[in-house]
Amino acid sequence: MLSRTAENLFWIARYIERAETMARLLEVGARIALMPQAGHGYRNEWESLLRASGTASGFALKYGDPVQRNIESFLFFDRDNPSSVASCLERARENGRIVRTALTTQVWDALNTAFQEMRGLERVPRSELELSRLTEWTLRHTAMLRGAIDASLLRNDGYEYLGLGFALERADNTARLLDVKYYVLLPRVDFVGSGLDNYQWQTLLRALSSHRAFHWAYGGEITAGKIAHFLILNRQSPRSLVTATGAAVTHLDGLARAYGRAGPVQTRARALHEALEKTTVEEVFEEGLHEFLTRFVRDVSGLAVMVQASYLSGEAR
Amino acid sequence: MATEYFNEMYHGDQVRPPYARLEDWMRAMPAEFRAMKQAEAEALFRRIGITFAVYGEGGDPDRLIPFDMFPRVFTQSEWRRLERGIKQRARALNAFLLDVYGRGEIIRAGRVPARLVYQNAAYERAVAGFTPPRGVYSHIVGIDLVRTGPDDFFVLEDNCRTPSGVSYMLENREIMMRMFPALFRENRIEPVDGYPGLLRRTLASVAPAKCEGEPVVAILTPGHFNSAYYEHSFLADLMGVELVEGADLFVEGGFVWMRTTEGPKRVDVIYRRIDDAYLDPLCFRPDSMLGVPGLMDVYRSGGVTIASAPGAGVADDKAIYTFVPEMIRFYLGEEPVLLNVPTWQCAKADDLNYVLDQLSELVVKEVHGSGGYGMLVGPRASKAQIEAFRARLVANPAGYIAQPTLALSTTPTFVNEGIAPRHVDLRPYCLVGERIELVPGGLTRVALTEGSLVVNSSQGGGVKDTWVLAE
Repeated sequence: MLSRTAENLFWIARYIERAETMARLLEVGARIALMPQAGHGYRNEWESLLRASGTASGFALKYGDPVQRNIESFLFFDRDNPSSVASCLERARENGRIVRTALTTQVWDALNTAFQEMRGLERVPRSELELSRLTEWTLRHTAMLRGAIDASLLRNDGYEYLGLGFALERADNTARLLDVKYYVLLPRVDFVGSGLDNYQWQTLLRALSSHRAFHWAYGGEITAGKIAHFLILNRQSPRSLVTATGAAVTHLDGLARAYGRAGPVQTRARALHEALEKTTVEEVFEEGLHEFLTRFVRDVSGLAVMVQASYLSGEAR
Repeated sequence: MATEYFNEMYHGDQVRPPYARLEDWMRAMPAEFRAMKQAEAEALFRRIGITFAVYGEGGDPDRLIPFDMFPRVFTQSEWRRLERGIKQRARALNAFLLDVYGRGEIIRAGRVPARLVYQNAAYERAVAGFTPPRGVYSHIVGIDLVRTGPDDFFVLEDNCRTPSGVSYMLENREIMMRMFPALFRENRIEPVDGYPGLLRRTLASVAPAKCEGEPVVAILTPGHFNSAYYEHSFLADLMGVELVEGADLFVEGGFVWMRTTEGPKRVDVIYRRIDDAYLDPLCFRPDSMLGVPGLMDVYRSGGVTIASAPGAGVADDKAIYTFVPEMIRFYLGEEPVLLNVPTWQCAKADDLNYVLDQLSELVVKEVHGSGGYGMLVGPRASKAQIEAFRARLVANPAGYIAQPTLALSTTPTFVNEGIAPRHVDLRPYCLVGERIELVPGGLTRVALTEGSLVVNSSQGGGVKDTWVLAE
């Protein structure tokens, strides 16, 4: 496979995952905004959303104060924001158009339909668009794409690059989400372990479509320890860091099998994954959650660089 | 002006035989049903992604070429004659190219002026004296034809470089078969879907001498911002070959390699969809980002085949066009099956005077123009347009040729008001490699504006499925 084709596939997955995270973030904001105490706390929440999406400075430059309507537009429609849902879907689709031949009709259809419908949504007056409708719409289309990939794509190296893109982006996104929430909600270290603002954490879990799963898995009160365990170390949680690194290992192993050779990137991914598997919540908090997550995000981006060097540059011999 | 146009379906009240079954189909179709089908066709084109991309003009970057559902039909015997003429022409054009980059016999014989060839902007000195595999320069020859009567076909122009539009030929058929399966049961229509297979075989048959084993073929595209990108990726897919950009290729050790996830892989045949000037910054335009540095050295040392060969453009120049019948006589010893449109060379003083005198009756084209731009259709131009063109002609006569305004044939076409005759042309795609082959069909372009004779998609043209009936 052409290295560029592999790169395009990798980025289709990353953009789709990113679009989905963005929609989920918006969902968090929308729910918080429905709360009666829409004052300082609410405003704080929107700012944290911008920070979680890594777009706070871009927003400030364009709009200034965080006003809900503007934030919604910025995170969903704004093409000036490279991480907005619309930007991500457009770029995913453009990457798909470039490698149209490496995709099945069904996968292309899913990408293209999302893009065409997005253009339709852009023509609807904003006042007629409920935010919840937009996030549902996004989740529906990303799910459709995942389904099309699962149901119709050949399990060749192209499939592995898509899987790898999803896994690395999800690892990154979950870690960032957790980090920001942690900062906003626990500004001082000695808050760890004390009672938490239940509603906000529940909202986070809900946005990750996992608040029920969480209660099934843990029961009882929500604590920072349980949340951290669920989103970092729980192998049953679809969005946990360990699940994401596990998926990265699986797809890298798939590539090693397909090409009949493994390299440093496989070793590195496995080390990252195994270290997480052995980690306990206590160790995470001992290191400091923020420090731990910062290190993890750096490790994941280091892994992405190695993927680039090993497969996407065409230099490997 | 009351010109009589040849209608391909009706001769007076009579329906011409190839269209016999379409008459009932047409009459039986209620307006609502037609609108529904038209919408369905457009949705299909969009969903499959058959669009041409227009960036930098604002609006929707993905545009559809209007598709007209009313097919254009040829009988088997009409087609056989066209096929003979097209193959003959493709053979002569390639013989001409081999000659002008070799000994130049046709010039020595005084049949074609040396100036028109050697001073032509499309003549590539860089490949003079080099003979490509099998002596083939133009592997895909697109020949634009127009019809003015039952037996009167004219060649409007030749395209020896990289004629586009073949994906529409294939997709128009695909979509017609999906939407109107019954039509295909009632009419026995020759299939066109063998084209990608033939193209691949043609390209593999011109692999360079140094190629070992099964030739690796790749399509070289300028990239996804190019308006014809869909076609490039579509053909790559149907042929099962890689679609590469310049940056995916590099030269090392006398060969061309593509960057793959498993390391470099050698490429033997490059079907390029970029212009000569951009192929190799070391040989042609140094600012080209689309090409591959060193490609031409590999080409000239027989390490890779480039299709069409660099320099092939000298044969499809509008000034050279006039001499194609002469080429056919000179190289093949045959009489041309298909006629040229009579052409005045404005570079000649006598011709120029005639053209200036008759400007309101003639079609004037730029020698190097394409896409329907930079041309004057005299009978349909305003006085001011004619005068503006006259000034340009006088300033640079060698830049123009002129032709009579042809009475292009019409075929029934769906328009807002129902069905009406519209002017059409035809571009078949002839493949030249070990053999010369042609699928029975081509791209019919239709001028959707009433009375318009310009069929180019950039000027409001549409496309139709083109049928050749089996015997």
